[in-house]
Amino acid sequence: MYLADSRGTKAAVVPDSRPGRRPAAVPGTVLALGAVSLITDISSEMVTAVLPLYVVTVLGLSPLGFGLLDGINNGVGALVRLAGGHLADLGGQRHKVVAGFGYGLSAVCKPLLLLAHSLPVISAVLAADRTGKGLRTAPRDAMISLATEPATRGRAFGVHRAMDTTGALLGPLVAFAVLRATVDGYDAVFAVSGCVAALGVLVLVLFVPRRVAPAVAVPLPGPEAPYGQEAPYGQDRPALRDALGLLRRPELRRLTVCATLLGLTTVSDSFLYLLLQREGALPAHLFPLLPLGTAAVFLLLAVPLGALADRISRRRLFLAGHGVLLLGYGLVLSPWHGVPAVVAVLVLHGTFYAATDGVLAAATAGAVPARHQGAGQALVGTGQALARFVCSLAFGAAWSLWGGRTALAVTATALAVSAVVASFVLRTTDEVPA
Amino acid sequence: MTRTTRMLILLAAVLLLGTVGAGAVLHAAHRSDMRDRQQADGPTVRAGTVSLRSAPGRRLLFRNLAWGPHRDEIATVPADRPEGPRTTSGVKCLRFHAAAGTGICLQAVHGALEDSYRAVVLDAHLRVLHRFPAAGIPTRARVSPSGHLVAWTVFVSGDSYAGTDFSTRTAIVDTRTWAIDDNLETFHIVKDGRPYRAADINIWGVTFADDSRFYATLATGGRTYLVRGDVGARTLTTLHGNVECPSLSPDGTRVAYKKRVKGASPDAPWRLYVLDLRTMKETATAEQRNIDDQALWTDDSTLVYALPGDYGSDLWTVPADGSGTARRLLTSAVAPAVLD
Repeated sequence: MYLADSRGTKAAVVPDSRPGRRPAAVPGTVLALGAVSLITDISSEMVTAVLPLYVVTVLGLSPLGFGLLDGINNGVGALVRLAGGHLADLGGQRHKVVAGFGYGLSAVCKPLLLLAHSLPVISAVLAADRTGKGLRTAPRDAMISLATEPATRGRAFGVHRAMDTTGALLGPLVAFAVLRATVDGYDAVFAVSGCVAALGVLVLVLFVPRRVAPAVAVPLPGPEAPYGQEAPYGQDRPALRDALGLLRRPELRRLTVCATLLGLTTVSDSFLYLLLQREGALPAHLFPLLPLGTAAVFLLLAVPLGALADRISRRRLFLAGHGVLLLGYGLVLSPWHGVPAVVAVLVLHGTFYAATDGVLAAATAGAVPARHQGAGQALVGTGQALARFVCSLAFGAAWSLWGGRTALAVTATALAVSAVVASFVLRTTDEVPA
Repeated sequence: MTRTTRMLILLAAVLLLGTVGAGAVLHAAHRSDMRDRQQADGPTVRAGTVSLRSAPGRRLLFRNLAWGPHRDEIATVPADRPEGPRTTSGVKCLRFHAAAGTGICLQAVHGALEDSYRAVVLDAHLRVLHRFPAAGIPTRARVSPSGHLVAWTVFVSGDSYAGTDFSTRTAIVDTRTWAIDDNLETFHIVKDGRPYRAADINIWGVTFADDSRFYATLATGGRTYLVRGDVGARTLTTLHGNVECPSLSPDGTRVAYKKRVKGASPDAPWRLYVLDLRTMKETATAEQRNIDDQALWTDDSTLVYALPGDYGSDLWTVPADGSGTARRLLTSAVAPAVLD
């Protein structure tokens, strides 16, 4: 087995596994990646927050056509994520290079918006931006997994997701501050966003080690974990065949199947907010606040729930998170309306993200050998993303057929069934609590 | 690389990027200061009082875009001397419309953290009668011929992370009771003779026939429709395909609208058309350029609409029957209304 490499991995602290000690601090690599995500999210959410304003008030275009492209971008983004994960595993660790390319591509897109004055060009820039996001996601999660000892991965991913969401919440504030200072200086917003994105790439280059070696060299837990027979870590080139062959690992296959199954019954945020507004008779001007509510709860609970996942099993928390989502659906369908009901749904929705987003990545990390972390993260993430996309299409069709309320009731029933199936599938391979 | 080296590089980069960012902000701020100074070649603009009450002589009201201290204010010119001196009102609106002594003004509210928007109903002296919060970026506004009903449309971007997922919200208010229907998507929809519902419905661009009937655009499944609406019955009925931003003629027989034409660039897909509501016959106007506005009828045979111009947009006019040619009516103006 390969032992923790000291070269370039000062950040990846040697875990303190003595009994009775508090879990080791979150590794520096994770904090560095969290900082990169925080800075990058400030940059991208700056653009997201003002783009509709810019398109309508400055360019005088109708933004309604944009929605159609979203689906295509999501599909491409999912496939790019698979490629990113596989490329990152090549040559024993190109995670940083592939992630850096993804962050760099998105950063270059920001100043390009200064030159884009028509919808097709803006859409192309957004697609390139999305490609960068797709490329970097799996290598980044792989680096978080590798830098952290298995017992505290849930917390590490929680810290990363909390930092990421903080950036997403700060971005619009920065953007509107710039707009205020410049009186509709959208070019200044794009320029500042480009500078912030460049800073994010630089933090990655400077503070994330070139090779993130596994924090510990203990064999992976679980019944089918004789990974000691593998080639020494980082010494051979994982082939694409190996990456797809990951699905032959029962543990990862079960996780992918469950993430996909549950993804198929997870209503997209925009549909949920639309229903919440209609069913709760929420005044239209409060609508833009709904995503903020979810994000705030996600931000607050990501770390505690990640730590809880480390203690009680990530799979169980992942399932429990979907139970919380089911409660949320139930609340939307219930006769309880008004602002308190809406707040309750948003709390449940944010809790769902906090209990599932980073937790799934942490669970995936435990089911994949170190040299396939990138591909493994990509596989589970892509399965979930594509499933959610299919759910959106189906949900839209169901809404047309039966109305939004019935569509949600049907989805909620399907989610309940999926959760029961998933808990049965995941039952046999529960992790050993650390 | 030592930790110190890395920190120094980071510090240098923060300074450099900070300078670039600050430069961009200062440059943009300077440019916006320029917009507060009157241009020598611009129209004459004078502060004064603007009334929505009927007065001798037709007047054109609009949002003044000419640079200077009265930029974005509602201004008026005599209809027969559109390039003459402008009288501004001190009331700033992004979108505006007025009829029979009632005005609707869609404004941005610059808050500490974020911009928000509101719809303000104005009386004949442009005094505020009632304010309503609006969910997004203003795009269309209309008052019914009687002045009793007002409607507005805003763009909403709902899902923050996806960012490109836009929709519209259209509201109608009865100024006699201040009752508001803040989302016309909840109306009962009859499409091609059958009840219809879908999650992707968007409605925009209301134009009133009277105090109960109106026309608007309904979009679903990637297509747009002209719908006839009934405020009391809360219904929308599709009448015709490929119609956006309808505007009803004063005699109620025709609708001017944006039609998406085949072969046009996806960037500039719309041409100005007129639909006869009795025969459903479409007539192309002589305006050949792409238009993205809800046109205004200044009488039963003349249309006025905005096109991009040097200072944002200019107002143009063209005959409604397809004859003649388009000509510029006045520069640096948008959101027109006509008062008798």
